Amino acid sequence: MTISILCLLLPLVALYFCDRLPDRAQNFVMPSLVTVSMVALWDLGVVLSGSTVFPTPLQTWDGFIELLDSNRLWGDIIASLFRVSWGFFLATAVGIPLGLVVGWRVRAFTALNPIIQGLRPISPIAWIPIAILWFGIGDGAGIYLIFLASFFPVTVGTMAAVRNISLVHQRSAENFGLEGMELFRRVVLPAALPQIITSLRIALGVAWLVIVAAEMVGMDSGLGYLINDARNAGSRYDLVVATMGVIGVLGIGLDLLIRQLEKFDEVRWGYVKR
Amino acid sequence: MSQSNPMQKPKVVFEGVSKRFQKGKESLHVLNDINLTVHDGEFVCLLGPSGCGKSTLLNIAGGFESPDSGRVMIDGEEVDGPNSRRVFVFQEYGIFPWASVWDNVALGLRDLDQAERSEVVQRTIDMVGLTGFEKSFPMELSGGMKQRVEVARALAVSPDVIYMDEPFGALDSLTRLTMRSEIIRIWEQEKKTILFVTHDVDESIQLADRVVVLSARPGEISEIVEVDMDHPRDLGSPEYGKIKNRLYQLLGVSHTI
Repeated sequence: MTISILCLLLPLVALYFCDRLPDRAQNFVMPSLVTVSMVALWDLGVVLSGSTVFPTPLQTWDGFIELLDSNRLWGDIIASLFRVSWGFFLATAVGIPLGLVVGWRVRAFTALNPIIQGLRPISPIAWIPIAILWFGIGDGAGIYLIFLASFFPVTVGTMAAVRNISLVHQRSAENFGLEGMELFRRVVLPAALPQIITSLRIALGVAWLVIVAAEMVGMDSGLGYLINDARNAGSRYDLVVATMGVIGVLGIGLDLLIRQLEKFDEVRWGYVKR
Repeated sequence: MSQSNPMQKPKVVFEGVSKRFQKGKESLHVLNDINLTVHDGEFVCLLGPSGCGKSTLLNIAGGFESPDSGRVMIDGEEVDGPNSRRVFVFQEYGIFPWASVWDNVALGLRDLDQAERSEVVQRTIDMVGLTGFEKSFPMELSGGMKQRVEVARALAVSPDVIYMDEPFGALDSLTRLTMRSEIIRIWEQEKKTILFVTHDVDESIQLADRVVVLSARPGEISEIVEVDMDHPRDLGSPEYGKIKNRLYQLLGVSHTI
């Protein structure tokens, strides 16, 4: 407890000294100190309130080690990642081609846009009963829900990207006689690609949010299920919070992974501030 | 030899071109009865105030828009759509930011075989002074260099006519001067017919054989001014000043401030 109180003072000390640090050290030191003091605040809060249910940071860490040792964590991580990757992959495989066609062909847009926009605002969570009805409890329902969660951002993002292609680029393509598949390959797809990648990022983020909720309600494995299970099996809130931490770290990992797509020369132009 | 010699072959002929735009309930009369003959190898500037329809006239000649009445003939054939024999150099950057300089310049050469294409692309890149930047992407280039890529892309297909819609408008004034002399150098070398839209009086006198002055909307040809000066032109000569005065007068502004 004394340590925590001392830790709380760290940012103040840092504020005093931070001007003397080089810029790059500041970028690392400041966020680290803020994090440390937040953890200290958490620790003090639990100790002062006298709660026996809510875990301290140390208890959470012990819970995390226990999860690692039990081998259970890996199985649940794999279950969640499996559903997310398949659902996301299928959504991409259907959504990108569909978005390209609907965005490019005015008639396809007129016909399909209303139904896409009409289904889009329905939360994937609302589909859980139907997913279970169709696929039963298990991976099928999870993959289906992730498909729904990622399909709309990917399709709508791709559609918008194609419709945003600038008139000059369209005219350049026309002027140099590009048609059909060649027009698609050389202009439509590359012009839309930066925005498509952004929509993939959004979709993956949503998918990661939805899988936890879906597993809490309608599945018997995965990180969402682990949270529910830990609570039901004797209020193990240390395991609940530890799992939350794992979900957060994996979410950051997934985002970093998909951001690698933004680094190719062919799309970097789309992320430059103008 | 004057470029506007009537004995020369007509290249682009505007015959009574008129155009209206529907803007809500209002109908904008943009161009009214434009008659103009541009000769083979001639450099003609369309000069006029903003909104006078000079870009629209160029878009019609390029086949991107169609006139309400009248027509545009090129080599005796009516223009009915875009064609890579007549290439646009755009106002904003029309080159593809997702493709390298090399791939941009090669855009119109898809029908050539590999060896021939490489030869033409390299020669064109050298001509506009971008040697060494073949693999660069447009975002890595300055505004002037991007515009050179755009010019190279147009020249590579060796078109009959090049349309330029205020191509140097976004450049700083020094780069603009350099680009003008570059374009004249290339034009003298390649002898293409160039139709160049600008609202910059100096630009038109520096570049054109003839300056076509358009009136404010509805755009009509108010006068065609001949610039009978050899390149490189002396921007301080009395002749230059005389033409400049004349153009300002036609545009209805005084340049003595």
